[in-house]
Amino acid sequence: MATIRFTRNIQRHVECPTREFPGTTLRAVLDAYFRENEKARGYVLDEQGRIRPHMVVFIDGELNDDRERLTDPVKPDSVIDVIQALSGGKV
Amino acid sequence: MSDRVYVATRKGLFTVDRTPSKWTISRATFVGDNVTLMMHDPRNGNLFAALNHGHFGIKVHRSTDHGETWQEIAAPQYPPMPEGYVPKPIPFFNKTLDWALKLIWGFAPGGADQPGLIWAGTMPGGLFKSENNGDSWELNRPLWDHPRREEWGPNGAEWPGIHSICVDPRDSRHVNVGVSTGGVWITHDAGESWNLGGKGMRAEYAPEEHQFDPIGQDVHCLVQCAANPEVLWVQHHNGMFRSTDGAASWTEIKDVKPSVFGFPVAVHPKDPETAWFVPAFKDEKRCPLDGRVVVNRTRDGGKTFETLRRGLPQEHAYDLVYRHGLDIDETGDRLAFGSTTGSLWITEDGGDSWQSISSNLPPIYAVRFARS
Repeated sequence: MATIRFTRNIQRHVECPTREFPGTTLRAVLDAYFRENEKARGYVLDEQGRIRPHMVVFIDGELNDDRERLTDPVKPDSVIDVIQALSGGKV
Repeated sequence: MSDRVYVATRKGLFTVDRTPSKWTISRATFVGDNVTLMMHDPRNGNLFAALNHGHFGIKVHRSTDHGETWQEIAAPQYPPMPEGYVPKPIPFFNKTLDWALKLIWGFAPGGADQPGLIWAGTMPGGLFKSENNGDSWELNRPLWDHPRREEWGPNGAEWPGIHSICVDPRDSRHVNVGVSTGGVWITHDAGESWNLGGKGMRAEYAPEEHQFDPIGQDVHCLVQCAANPEVLWVQHHNGMFRSTDGAASWTEIKDVKPSVFGFPVAVHPKDPETAWFVPAFKDEKRCPLDGRVVVNRTRDGGKTFETLRRGLPQEHAYDLVYRHGLDIDETGDRLAFGSTTGSLWITEDGGDSWQSISSNLPPIYAVRFARS
């Protein structure tokens, strides 16, 4: 089961507790998470299912590679961090 | 007469109320968040706020208790692109159009005979309709799939967008929308089919042979007179225009001092001859001429203008007023406008004199009177 953790900044908009879900790709794990927390989906992914332009995802400390299809492999003990990029935070 | 103004800003939504003695900021909501637009629906009192969270995307919130509490509701969503479809590059721009919501740029309630119907104009160019007070949204496919929609160009932002939506009070199936950059589009069947209006508009910035092409017109703001919906006014990228035939054809209003450039326009709800503009030093500078904030008013259909300045700063003021930054109430006596430097002014005498409500608000995107 991969562990998914979310940036603290998202929590004031939508509660995103750390959870564990099965899956062998980033898409599979995120879909499993968002099926149980549908509101959070639109905060991380756009309507085409891509990672939002100013969001980034790390898998075991490595920056996610496939931002459109989310095919990055995930191991059973992987840790996935969903955070906001430094870009996109206009003053 | 409206005693309440809502002000959408880069750092929150502010409610401004007319007390017996003065206008005062009575409530701050979404403090710290980027509220790009708001709407008051006079049919049921609902309030809508569009927020751009940057990292987390565009969200819509609704209040059904006059702003006491808010709930996040659905945001418009673009559908998946058809299999194998490759969007054309955006004209004048080295980029293809992305089917994803970039900004909610226009809100309008449907007609009195369309309870729950709301229109939303967006970047990158989709017009959305909700038939349940914003619980869900649907892209208007006839306009989105119109073969000429891909000719819409960008503006100050990177994407084309719909910012103005005028629902004919006589016939709510008749809707005019303003597109930047893409002219004025008209439906007479509630959005089932669309025609390009805008004959007579002139794009000074285009090559000579394309200057009068209706689809190349950068409409900054489109408004319609409630009492005479055949009359519409436009503040355009390089001029001011007026239509007296329901947006089909337009007459340019020239030689207006200090400038014909600007973003907003307001028309008197009962008098189609009377309109207000907030001029700015054109295009490449976009600030008041000589540091003086003024409002231009015509009472004769654009033949002549008065430049109104009483109560407005007349030295070293660099306030720019965006397209939704000016509004008029139902009487036509009260107007309010807000600027990029966080100044808010209100008049109760049609613009003859203005009161400064604040000069310390965040950058103002939209000013809207509550309507009954």
